[in-house]
Amino acid sequence: MTRVQIDLADLALDRGATVLLRARLATCAPGSEVSVHGVAPALAAHLAAWCRKEGHGFAPAADAGAPSKVVGLLRVGQAHAARWHDAERAGGAAGNGVVSKPKPTWGLAARGAIVEAGAPSFSFALDDQDEVWSDNVGQIYRAAAASQWDPETAIPWNAPRTHPAFVEDALVQVLTYLIENETAALLVPARFCAQVHPHFREVMQVLAIQAADEARHIEAITRRALLARDCLGSSTVGGQASLQTLVEEPDFVMASFLLSVLGEGSFLSLLAFLQTHAPDDCTREIMRLIAIDEARHVAFGVAHLQRHAQRDATLTSRLRAAIERRHAALRHTAGLNAEVFDALVLLAAGSLEPTAIERGHAAVEELQRQMDSGRQSRLKKLGFPEHDAQQLSSLHTRNFM
Amino acid sequence: MTDTLILGAVAYDAKVVTIWDGFQKWLAQRGLAFDYVLYSNYERQVEQHFAGAFHVAWNSPLAWLQAQRIAARQGRVARAVAMRDTDMDLTSLVIVREESPLRTIEDLRGKTLGVGAMDSPQATMIPLQHFAAHGLVAERDFAVRRFDVLVGKHGDHVGGERDAAKALMRGEVDATCMIDGNHLVFTGEGTLPRGRTRVLTQTGRYDHCNFTVLDGAPDRLVTRFVELLLSMRYDDPVARPLLDLEGLKQWRVGRTSGYAQLDAGCARFGWIDDFVNAVAAR
Repeated sequence: MTRVQIDLADLALDRGATVLLRARLATCAPGSEVSVHGVAPALAAHLAAWCRKEGHGFAPAADAGAPSKVVGLLRVGQAHAARWHDAERAGGAAGNGVVSKPKPTWGLAARGAIVEAGAPSFSFALDDQDEVWSDNVGQIYRAAAASQWDPETAIPWNAPRTHPAFVEDALVQVLTYLIENETAALLVPARFCAQVHPHFREVMQVLAIQAADEARHIEAITRRALLARDCLGSSTVGGQASLQTLVEEPDFVMASFLLSVLGEGSFLSLLAFLQTHAPDDCTREIMRLIAIDEARHVAFGVAHLQRHAQRDATLTSRLRAAIERRHAALRHTAGLNAEVFDALVLLAAGSLEPTAIERGHAAVEELQRQMDSGRQSRLKKLGFPEHDAQQLSSLHTRNFM
Repeated sequence: MTDTLILGAVAYDAKVVTIWDGFQKWLAQRGLAFDYVLYSNYERQVEQHFAGAFHVAWNSPLAWLQAQRIAARQGRVARAVAMRDTDMDLTSLVIVREESPLRTIEDLRGKTLGVGAMDSPQATMIPLQHFAAHGLVAERDFAVRRFDVLVGKHGDHVGGERDAAKALMRGEVDATCMIDGNHLVFTGEGTLPRGRTRVLTQTGRYDHCNFTVLDGAPDRLVTRFVELLLSMRYDDPVARPLLDLEGLKQWRVGRTSGYAQLDAGCARFGWIDDFVNAVAAR
């Protein structure tokens, strides 16, 4: 058998020779002998020390050094092969390499990586594919990454504002309400993002970018609210109580249902309403951009719950219970505060004339009908029969989110 | 307590607790009750070993020689039962600056040698014996500047070697001593600039730590302890972190053939005579 030779030339161990040695030795079977050549100063002493640490044998050549350049004979040890003895591949890197129940010891390893045995166990509560996965989640993430917008340049902050002061006041009240709701929509995915097993990396990425979307929404809405006013509008007990039930929902599936499918779903109608009745181009553009992001959030929520429902016949009854539980918890609260309702009417009216107010009022009633219709349509997509969808939609929080 | 094997070890670093806690758990899972006592220095450990405070000592090479000599004086027997693969066949290097005029051992005459802690086998004692064997006696033929860090820990703490290396680059000493692997460590971490130092001389090979037992130790427990150590495999993911922490790939049966240089140095310079006399007389 030909003995393997490694020629280090004048490369010293503290200048990278260990990299060359490791790369070459990785291809040698334990027990095989490797003749090492090189002329770097102190190479034999360094090789002896390095081999001892790495678990290789080393016998320095009697005539080490020039002109023979043979430094010694290295016998490949067991340690490298032993380290990877029970290693396993953590699924496959592509979307179809996802496993239904990734191991806790795969931890933070990239999906598809070889994981050394003996890694610590991580406690990721969301480690079941059925609970989190949707087949289009990778596509949703890529769409989200491609649609990120910079509030600084994407929004016409200097667009003319010619509307009356009372409309601006109404707008600031609606924007104050939106900030509160967007904060809830940031906290929910942020909290669950840290609980998803990183094996489901696309889900983790989607939740992370959702949180980032909401952070940007909060920034843009706040900036618009302060364009012409020094302070924001009011926050009510009923509004906060409604959002608290959402933020504190401990179950990802339920939280995702309440937030994305019902809450953000209803917000899609609200954002369309605000686009139509925005008093200036700046506000209109903010609402348009936010609506694009929210539509993605809703798409992911519907998609992973749809997949889940196909695999778990008990899911729809659990979702029903979640709506009913939340409805019961909020039964004695005021729901949508009067300030927000009135502000929406005034925005749609644009004038304090009675006929304009009547028109505005009708527009808000139409908004509520659209929200209800949208919720029913999404509930039906999840497998609820028409009658149930109607009934459950009517139980959704009057605070919209 | 004879159902529990008790180990004595020196706490040269906080990780020592992690190491022996890990071994305690690993050995217990295999049916061996094990506990450990930590000492701040090897002399106290050797003294307490002879006082019967524990059964097995995790000894430095110098502590091994201390134990061996005290045992011989008392008509007892000390044995080295196991050691790490990385404890075998070490060498120490004497390093000079690249531009130094020192080319041979003889060139050290009249110069200053930097060494580690006074009780460091690898950074002080074995190199001084190496020079003596070549006819150059410390403090007669050349000056010695000691970098005493944590005396009593027999050089397990690398601080003395590192301080001596820094002194070399500051020009305060003409040459300095270190274990072979530490030359790579010091150039890697930047204590010694790469390519700016060279090896003046290299000692012969020697061995480092071992598990020492004295006659009268509970045979059954010691035998089981050694069997279990030798069974630890690097491909076992439970054992591997412990082996990594303790810095080895495989435990080996103990041998005592690798302590001749240190033994000769102790005989020549009388480094441990007072301690051996004091403990042997008790």
